[in-house]
Amino acid sequence: MGEVLIRTQSLRTWFPKRKSLLGKPGAWLKAVDDVSLTIYRGECLGLAGESGCGKSTLGRTILQLVKPRSGSVRFDGTALRNLDFRQLQPFRPRMQMVFQDPRSSLNPKMTMLKILAEAIRANPDHDGDSILDQAVELADMVDLRPEHLFRYPHEFSGGQQQRICIARALATCPDFIVFDESTSALDVSVQAQILNLIKRLKQRLGLTYLFISHDLNVLAQVCERIAVMYAGQIVEIQESGRLFSSPGHPYTRGLRDAVPIADPEAKQTFVSIKGEVPSLVDPPAGCRFHPRCDFADRLCATRVPELQRLERHRSWIRCHRYRQLNFNQERR
Amino acid sequence: MKDELKYKHLAEQAAREHRRERKIRTIAFLKRKSAAAALLVLVLITLAAVFAPLVAPYPDQGKGAVNLGERLQPLSGKHLLGTDTFGRDILSRLVYGARVSIFGGLFIVCAAALIGVPLGLWAGYSEGAPGVVISRIGEILISFPAVLIAIAITTVIGAGLTSAVIALIIPWWPWYARIIQGEVLRLKRMLFVEAAQMLGYGKSYILFRHLLPNIMRTVMVMMLLDFGPAIISIGLLGFLGLGTQPPNADWGLMVWEGAPNLMQQPWIAISPGAAMFILVMAFNIFGDNLQDYLDG
Repeated sequence: MGEVLIRTQSLRTWFPKRKSLLGKPGAWLKAVDDVSLTIYRGECLGLAGESGCGKSTLGRTILQLVKPRSGSVRFDGTALRNLDFRQLQPFRPRMQMVFQDPRSSLNPKMTMLKILAEAIRANPDHDGDSILDQAVELADMVDLRPEHLFRYPHEFSGGQQQRICIARALATCPDFIVFDESTSALDVSVQAQILNLIKRLKQRLGLTYLFISHDLNVLAQVCERIAVMYAGQIVEIQESGRLFSSPGHPYTRGLRDAVPIADPEAKQTFVSIKGEVPSLVDPPAGCRFHPRCDFADRLCATRVPELQRLERHRSWIRCHRYRQLNFNQERR
Repeated sequence: MKDELKYKHLAEQAAREHRRERKIRTIAFLKRKSAAAALLVLVLITLAAVFAPLVAPYPDQGKGAVNLGERLQPLSGKHLLGTDTFGRDILSRLVYGARVSIFGGLFIVCAAALIGVPLGLWAGYSEGAPGVVISRIGEILISFPAVLIAIAITTVIGAGLTSAVIALIIPWWPWYARIIQGEVLRLKRMLFVEAAQMLGYGKSYILFRHLLPNIMRTVMVMMLLDFGPAIISIGLLGFLGLGTQPPNADWGLMVWEGAPNLMQQPWIAISPGAAMFILVMAFNIFGDNLQDYLDG
């Protein structure tokens, strides 16, 4: 499991904010700012963070739905950034995405069969004769029955619609899938079903995916490693278990302490992180988290911390003071 | 092989279910009295227009032949709706006039959609210049009253139904372009478009396979609801002498011809006015009901 599937280097996705009279952008919204990330084949990486921190934009940039301003994305050794539509086309079916809103992800005028057939045909080496058989197989994979194939999206529940989206994403036998908040729009019980389905598919098909969510509990269920994003930057990457037991970054600790435990007896105090999410147009100088951090000193306010590798396997942190800080299992 | 038969059976079953659902909704639609009555009126008037030579009691008078012996007759068994200043049977002229209203209206609405929908698709789907250019041209055309355009065209190619229809299409298509542009901009942001992009499908594939099928409903309802205004506009241009020329029959022209005698022989002007009112109401009621049916 050492093979690198995706590697991003100093990836920056900036959106022009205001335009001056001459059409030159007056300010940039730095949704993704200097993100270097490696995803190994067979690995399930989680991406956590508050809403508006650039998680989805990072996912879309990796898939080339959004073009980055600078930096590179390598997929299976190929740099994708400068490819045009034609050159990118063979890579498209190999990377898929499952969105947050299943309703809007399915064309209301197409039956499930048509939706799946379109995806199967997109794979250049598909077997032309047996599209129907393949569709039945895909439906079975996501626990839907053959008769469902002939129904329209509005005849399905939200959970079933999301299953169709997952089936569509699997139809091209992709190397890599991005789940963008794929369970956030669903009821908790349905959410659990979908998460179990994803876990089963992961084991069965050996999937590699990036799971984007604001919910650490969800990520802990389906991911081996979790990357925490804050204001357009990755602040920490840790193994899921370690992230909960000994978070390295003060922000990660803040996120962990805000996760409720389902135990009515437990006396829980939810410690929220003080302050507001900073603007991505004009982020704070130095460490982007320092205005909200309890441990910030003068260095944090002036110098930008580098993302540095920890001695542990595939763990990274972006904090000046992580050596002095030691957060253990105890919640505040 | 056996499996394929099994799926075929399932496909047929699903198709049957969808058909039954549609049938139930269609019956419910027709059971609404207003919808059924409007449809009946539309069918009758259309049939009368198509088969005018068979329906009209005096076909040659409908086409304009004068009959000075029977000028300004009131309603009677011989002339159900009376006669006009030239002794022509008004019912016959109404039937021939319906041709102008129905087919003129149909032509205007279809032409406006045929020009406006592709331009709207283009404007909405391409980023930047085409959208802006098409919108601005559309706004300029909309801002001219049709009457003004009709006068301009009349001076070039002469008055007649053709110039009236052209004059109406010119400021009409931008409405289609504008609405479709908005729809495309809305649909373009739907996630199924991104999903198709992720599969490697190109712009034209997405436009025709994903966006267009979702837009057809809007186009259909819009065309149906536009029929009424189109008919009234043709009538207006006819009334002003910019459309159909005498002795041909046209409802708007007939109102103008009857206007001087409005006090003494009111039926001459009222009959075509009432016909237009009934036809436009029928289109509007049917269109409203159809919109509900399609939304339901």
